[in-house]
Amino acid sequence: MHKQINKTEYTNAGLLVYFLKGSLGLFIVGILSSMLLTFFNTTIPKVIAFTIDSVLGDEPMSGIFVGIVRAMGGIEHIKENVWIVALVIIGIASAMLIFRYSNIYFNNRANQTLMRRMRNELFSHIQRLPLSWQAQNNTGDIIQRCTSDADTISNFVTNQLFQFVRITFLLVLSLVFMFTINVKLAAIAFAFMPVIVGYSVWYFLHAFKRFKKCDEEEGVLSTYAQENLTGVRVIRAFGRERYERDKFDKQNVYYTSLWVRVLKLMSSFWTASDFIAALQLLCIVIVGTVFCIDGELSTGDFVAFISYNAMMVGPVRELGRIISNLSKANVALTRIAEIMNADEEVYGINEGVVSGDIVFDNVCFEYEKGKPVLSGVSFVIPQGTTLGIIGGTGSGKSTLVALLDGLYSATDGRITYGGRDIKDIPPATLRKSVGVILQESYIYSRTIGENIAIAAADESNENIVRAAEIACLDGNIDGFVNGYDTVVGERGVTLSGGQKQRVAIARTLIRKTPYIVFDDSLSAVDSDTDAKIRHNLKTECAGTTTVIVSHRITTVMRADNIIVLDGGRVAESGSHDDLLAADGIYKRIYDLQMSLPEDIIEEVKNGR
Amino acid sequence: MADNAVETKNNGGKSAAPNKKLRFFGLGKLRPYVRNYKGVFVLMIVANLFVGVCNTIVPLFQRYAIDNFILEGTLDGMPIFAVVYVVMIAAMGIVDFFGTYSCSRLEMFLLRDMRRTAFNHLQTLSVSYFNQNSVGKLHSRVMSDTSVISSTVAWDVYQVSWSLTYAIGASTVMFVLNPILACCVLVVVPIVVLVSLYFQRKLTKLHREVREINSEITGGFNEGITGAQTSKTLAVENRLDADFRKHTDKMKKRSQRLGHHRALFFSIIAFTASIALALVLWYGGVITQSGLIMIGTLSVFMTYAQGIVDPIQWGVECLADLISIKVNIERFTALTETVSDVKDSPEVIEKYGDAFNQKRENWEPLGGDVEFENVTFKYPDGDEYILENFNLKVPQGTNVAIVGETGAGKSTLVNLVCRFFEPTEGRILIDGRDVRERSVSWLHTNIGYVLQTPHLFSGTIRENLLYGKEDATDEELDAAVKSVNAEGIIARLEKGYDTVVGEGGNSLSTGEKQLLSFARAILVDPAIFVLDEATSSIDTLTEKLIQDAIEKLMEGRTSFVIAHRLSTIRSADIILVVDDGKIVERGTHEELLAKRGLYYNLYVKQFREESYSNEFSDNSR
Repeated sequence: MHKQINKTEYTNAGLLVYFLKGSLGLFIVGILSSMLLTFFNTTIPKVIAFTIDSVLGDEPMSGIFVGIVRAMGGIEHIKENVWIVALVIIGIASAMLIFRYSNIYFNNRANQTLMRRMRNELFSHIQRLPLSWQAQNNTGDIIQRCTSDADTISNFVTNQLFQFVRITFLLVLSLVFMFTINVKLAAIAFAFMPVIVGYSVWYFLHAFKRFKKCDEEEGVLSTYAQENLTGVRVIRAFGRERYERDKFDKQNVYYTSLWVRVLKLMSSFWTASDFIAALQLLCIVIVGTVFCIDGELSTGDFVAFISYNAMMVGPVRELGRIISNLSKANVALTRIAEIMNADEEVYGINEGVVSGDIVFDNVCFEYEKGKPVLSGVSFVIPQGTTLGIIGGTGSGKSTLVALLDGLYSATDGRITYGGRDIKDIPPATLRKSVGVILQESYIYSRTIGENIAIAAADESNENIVRAAEIACLDGNIDGFVNGYDTVVGERGVTLSGGQKQRVAIARTLIRKTPYIVFDDSLSAVDSDTDAKIRHNLKTECAGTTTVIVSHRITTVMRADNIIVLDGGRVAESGSHDDLLAADGIYKRIYDLQMSLPEDIIEEVKNGR
Repeated sequence: MADNAVETKNNGGKSAAPNKKLRFFGLGKLRPYVRNYKGVFVLMIVANLFVGVCNTIVPLFQRYAIDNFILEGTLDGMPIFAVVYVVMIAAMGIVDFFGTYSCSRLEMFLLRDMRRTAFNHLQTLSVSYFNQNSVGKLHSRVMSDTSVISSTVAWDVYQVSWSLTYAIGASTVMFVLNPILACCVLVVVPIVVLVSLYFQRKLTKLHREVREINSEITGGFNEGITGAQTSKTLAVENRLDADFRKHTDKMKKRSQRLGHHRALFFSIIAFTASIALALVLWYGGVITQSGLIMIGTLSVFMTYAQGIVDPIQWGVECLADLISIKVNIERFTALTETVSDVKDSPEVIEKYGDAFNQKRENWEPLGGDVEFENVTFKYPDGDEYILENFNLKVPQGTNVAIVGETGAGKSTLVNLVCRFFEPTEGRILIDGRDVRERSVSWLHTNIGYVLQTPHLFSGTIRENLLYGKEDATDEELDAAVKSVNAEGIIARLEKGYDTVVGEGGNSLSTGEKQLLSFARAILVDPAIFVLDEATSSIDTLTEKLIQDAIEKLMEGRTSFVIAHRLSTIRSADIILVVDDGKIVERGTHEELLAKRGLYYNLYVKQFREESYSNEFSDNSR
């Protein structure tokens, strides 16, 4: 709502790159380890082939083995000491141990780094979005995006995007080995690949739709349960247990049958793809055997070839899943990009404290076009004085407070602090100078002491206790077993509305701002405590410019100036005495609230 | 509702006494559920046995091919070999399909049945049980715990049976082929088991920690979004950022530790497979050279050496999982074994039916005389008597208002009238007969109960209104709606009665929902009316409509109202003033005012609040 900078709009890919900052390097280390792991893994069948052919059999050695064997003391030496081969296997396995570890470790670490960055960025961004954005969006939906959509993305990056690179590498490597062993046999093995990939892409695309449907139906079932539990009294009152049971049961049975069908599809997919794989293996075994007998292929190479082939099957199937998952990740990215592309408030810098009179000059405001909430509101609050505001539901009191704190900006008219237009005061400066106490202030889930100190420059204990004393909260806190260290919301420690309001008051007082605004924030506090708090304020915060919004005459009557807000307009204004003399709304409320006991005596006398 | 939760101190049912010790880590409790699917269960196991055996045999085909075709240099018997091989693969595929399919079915059927049991049981528990247990908690019992249990039981049994078969099968084949070489492979088994056990424990613990931090992070997001306005006014964005970062840092650190252990675990397990392979190559190589075994046999051993490690590790993992669902089973059975503390006697059920099968034909009409006779009451978990020898006669048509500060315990009396709790001593008479002589459903159906926070189900307005009387005609519907001043709401909506209201009826304001819930109640024409008046601020216009509607509802009916509004209080025949859980004053409005006691103070306070808002009522709209 404030001046907005034109910051970069993220595309989905751009956003992904942005999130990957800081974790990309780790992912690359993970990938490199995985490639080395794969490489070592592919050498084992080679060693076995060599052992079968040249150590146990008498085939001539080929390729690099000639040099290696010579270095080890010749083939005869190895034939007499087979343990050397075992040692080589152990050597390779040790290398694999290291690379497997570093692959998993770095992959996970990269993933966590990515997650942390995503979460941090989202959190701090959401914090700084204008209040109007918060009002428009549903809390549950936003949380859903920040948690499960973020998970989907990190899962995609870690387990799919980089997995894709790994699988490609593995495929290329095994294919190269397979083609060097025997071109014809490799061609047969390779011929099955498109079939397996194609089939699994088809399956996963197909299955996702069904999985989604299942999820939705489980959502419905879950809603039924939820509604049943929240509406339990209504159900009992109307004796509708049977109806509820049948309703739940019907959906439960439907959902189950849906899942069973999907799982049947899944089982048949695995069976079918196992079957294709087995068929492929069979072809290789038969053709390979024929080649072996023809002498076109050595026994060892044959065994090695089968091992390579086995290595490929799983990853090829995985490829299908990855391809079909692309759309899912894209949806999640879009949902998160919507948040990230919303414009933050421009906080500017904290230029120190604002001072001077507050002036409202013909201020108008509307949330929706054509529906003014405030119209032509004008008043002056001289520095160091107190303004009381009194008004009914929907009179625009809370909107006025939001304008004072720059949470929204006026549709028309001017608000100035010490002559400076509020539009030119950066929110960072403004909000450090204005302490607004909301009627329903949010209590953070931490200790009461921390809640009071949350916005304080000086968090010393005396300061906290002092603020609690002014807000008449010290007595309550002493009543808790853990005093100031009591965690709100834990172990059944809940605060009453009045206690919450006083925590809110204490944590604003501790900020020692030159302006303090009470937005009906004494409403749940009883009249005696209300009076005590105002008395404390008078002595403790002399010189503070104060705005008190209330519905209690006693709360505002001692203010230097009072305005009566009605239907978004200033209906009356002046000092307490002026307003009483004016004999308007204020006077009537005053009469009702102050002279009440006599009224009731009348009522008792007259019998209603 | 919030008010209710605070005021009602207890507990709606005693959970079954903590069972001695859950047998088989609690798995024994699942027997009644599994028993229904014996066939599926057996099919799954048998299929797995078959597949497991086939998996052990496959390497033997390789051996046969090498030893008989390649080394002999002949293709004799190759066609038969191929046919047998294909048949076996096909059979394996088909049987495996039935195995996984059975497992899926078992999982889903168990899930369905457990959810059904839990849900149905919840329908029979007394309302007080719901005051004590949060919706979130109960919801997760019905939806999540059941899901964890069923999937673990089905898939882990599936996995374990296959793993065991394969491990035993492979060991047998190896021993038959060459016992010493078999030992070379099997020597790694204890290592794998020990390593798995060690890491399993560690990983489970770390997983739990990570999950906890994860929920802290979700809580953090919630706080950041819900508390946005407060955070902005306090200008504490940076601080909250820093605090949130502490959580995400902790998450990263913990997860990295978890990653480290996982990486170590998997690489060690893979390494042990290589050790087995190396041993086979060494000793197997030597004995192959000496001609004791053939290369085909050696290749079989190599396959087993690489293949046996995973099933063993998985087996250990699954067993650990099965043990870890103990806590879910306990939570689930605690719910299903809870006995409602308000229960009809068998004779009553015999005559009037239970909640699911109501014998409405035997139900007597309810007149509306209510009498408390020497009622003594304390909440099941409280030690203080809230009512002692309480007597109150409420003749048909009397309006009773219950007043008191928030949290004073106003709902106690209502809880007793609605039979959400039973009196500790004494009895409550309805039309002169002990309420326990008729069924709970009979009573509830005859009481119109409107909550402070009105609850509408998702569906159309018509469905909601007809909730208590499905067969009401449109005329009856119109009349009911009109009598509670709700016709304006219906007229305003484009689709009228067929407007879909969201979860909890979200598209309507609280006041409108309240009016509709009045209409729903009046349609049933209950003899006794119980109302918890709304305290939340409702716009003045609707407020007026509600006032009128309440008056109409109370006309000619016995009513109990937890009252907050002056007009309701004033017009009551009997006012009960509650403080600190106890009834401290009773009488008519005039009598109580004259007393100048607690009622007087409450009334004065209420008067001030209301007069203020009335002052603005006309101008603000």
